[in-house]
Amino acid sequence: MSSSRAVLMQGNEACAEAALAAGLKFFAGYPITPSSEIAEILAERLPQEGGKFIQMEDEIASMAAVIGASLAGLKAMTATSGPGFSLKQENIGYAAMAEVPCVIVDSQRVGPSTGMPTSPAQGDVMQARWGTHGDHPIVVLSPASVRETYELTIEAFNIAEALRIPVILLLDEVVSHMRERIEIPAPGSYQIINRKKPEVPPRDYLPYQATEEDDVPAMAAFGDGYRFHVTGLVHDATGFPTEDRREARFLLHRLVNKVQRRRDQLAYFQTETVEDAEVVVVAFGSVGRSALRAVRQARAAGMKVGLFRPKTIWPFPEKAFRAAIARARAVLVAEMNLGQLILEVERLVAGRATVHGLHRLDGDLITPQEILKRIEEV
Amino acid sequence: MSELVKSHLRVNHMPHILCPGCGHGIIMGAVIRALDRLEIDPDKTMIVSGIGCSSRVPGYMDYNTLHTTHGRALAFATGIKLARPELKVIVLAGDGDIAAIGGNHLIHAARRNIGISTVVFNNSIYGMTSGQYSPLTPKAALATTAPYGNVDRSFDLCHLAQGAGATYVARSTTYHIHLLIDLLTKAFSKNGFSFVEVFSQCPTYYGRRNRIGSAVDMMKDYKERAITVEAARKLSPAELEGKIVIGEFLDIELPEYTAEYQKVVERAMAKKAGR
Repeated sequence: MSSSRAVLMQGNEACAEAALAAGLKFFAGYPITPSSEIAEILAERLPQEGGKFIQMEDEIASMAAVIGASLAGLKAMTATSGPGFSLKQENIGYAAMAEVPCVIVDSQRVGPSTGMPTSPAQGDVMQARWGTHGDHPIVVLSPASVRETYELTIEAFNIAEALRIPVILLLDEVVSHMRERIEIPAPGSYQIINRKKPEVPPRDYLPYQATEEDDVPAMAAFGDGYRFHVTGLVHDATGFPTEDRREARFLLHRLVNKVQRRRDQLAYFQTETVEDAEVVVVAFGSVGRSALRAVRQARAAGMKVGLFRPKTIWPFPEKAFRAAIARARAVLVAEMNLGQLILEVERLVAGRATVHGLHRLDGDLITPQEILKRIEEV
Repeated sequence: MSELVKSHLRVNHMPHILCPGCGHGIIMGAVIRALDRLEIDPDKTMIVSGIGCSSRVPGYMDYNTLHTTHGRALAFATGIKLARPELKVIVLAGDGDIAAIGGNHLIHAARRNIGISTVVFNNSIYGMTSGQYSPLTPKAALATTAPYGNVDRSFDLCHLAQGAGATYVARSTTYHIHLLIDLLTKAFSKNGFSFVEVFSQCPTYYGRRNRIGSAVDMMKDYKERAITVEAARKLSPAELEGKIVIGEFLDIELPEYTAEYQKVVERAMAKKAGR
């Protein structure tokens, strides 16, 4: 086993390298700022590892090709930004319904529409959760550093493969493009999860056989001798469409519950001095870094302030967050949008503390000074 | 139903959803006969569809089958073919699916010459949503969304596929069944992107509204309007008005996409190894 090595790396590069480390074998994408480096790096790196890269004719086709490749047995990913993320949504819903593991990277830029392509924002919090129609399972992870991008990319694949769901890796322009020195962990030092394969012979295989407890069906690959059917229609254990209400209810509840019942296991977060905090700052992604500095400065000035930085945005780390605000009288949410994550925070605080927002949407980062000033105000 | 066709069907999932008289079952039977003629292993055959009446057909076929989103079958199929080039990948699509919402994917799959065979069930109407006009509805024909007659010009999909880079292009109708099986056999034996358009009667929504009559009347109409590619070459555009040109438009060999990409993999691996 080789040991870890230190390198200077960009966020997008860390994402691409971590995807390869996680077992990525297929990437389909379409050029878009600020995610394009991921495609460029994988165009070079994937074939070196025997994998496949394709630049598709549009964002919709990229998402479709990723799902096709995953059904054919390969770990698959795409990367995009706001406008492309909007276009991918229908097929992300297909992946949720047909239970096709895949990872979608969204490097957020200022929107709506073409917005500011080279400037960071965090306006896709709700689109990442509710972008496709209908109730559906989704997990959204958001790193704050290059090192964390590496770790969470591997985790995104592990969750996608374990639960057979689409997982969104929510970057922003700053995290995508900043360069930091990171230690690349040695292969074998982290866990790699692969989808569960059927253990029954083809004639006994039911592609969507599951119970409420054993709720992730075993997944055969097309071409392995298990001839089966996959559809985006509501289906039963055989994979064929059904109009039966009981079957529909079982399927639709099971899909959502795959994530809901594991929400504590999926809860990744960082806390800083929350134990006695009267004010808790909530921030994620690149804003999480400004928030950490502001909280440390506030502490140095004698204020009882803490930080809750979710790395898992959806499902929001509910239990951990409630514990973090146990003594808080005020919660401050800092985000580069006009108020998205704050809605979930308000729901969880439920009147036990006052909730305040610090929202900036002009293409610039929120600075530690701005956060410190708001801490003093609340 | 013939025993041969039946042996490749998932009869336990019947009765099917198609209307009485619909031409789609004839095309499905022809696809199965062509695959059988080529002795292609069903385990190594992938049939992909989008959304629409014809896109429900793969569900009844005992192969690897994938029913995707509207218009996107070729994009899903591209992912599968690139992931597993050894599979025989076939897309079954309706005219609305492939020519309207999925038109861009058709152009680019043909341009790449990726090893996918596309069979278009052209009933000239959106049947699943009950009779709106499609890009293949003839000008002046009636549809629920063209109550005064269709204003749009219709596509010649075979010319489109040819112009976009397909290496095999052909057309038949549900009446010309033996020709259809021959053309499909040829299409499925090609390495690159092959394309077969098939006129398929929709008595429920197209035939009735346009007063063509029953399914049999519609097939007779195909018989009367059909003209071979060879005969059509001698006619002027005015003389070809209203005709259905059937037969092979193109049959050439060009490098296939996944085989070309495999060379990229070999080059990249050699470069990494420092050779």
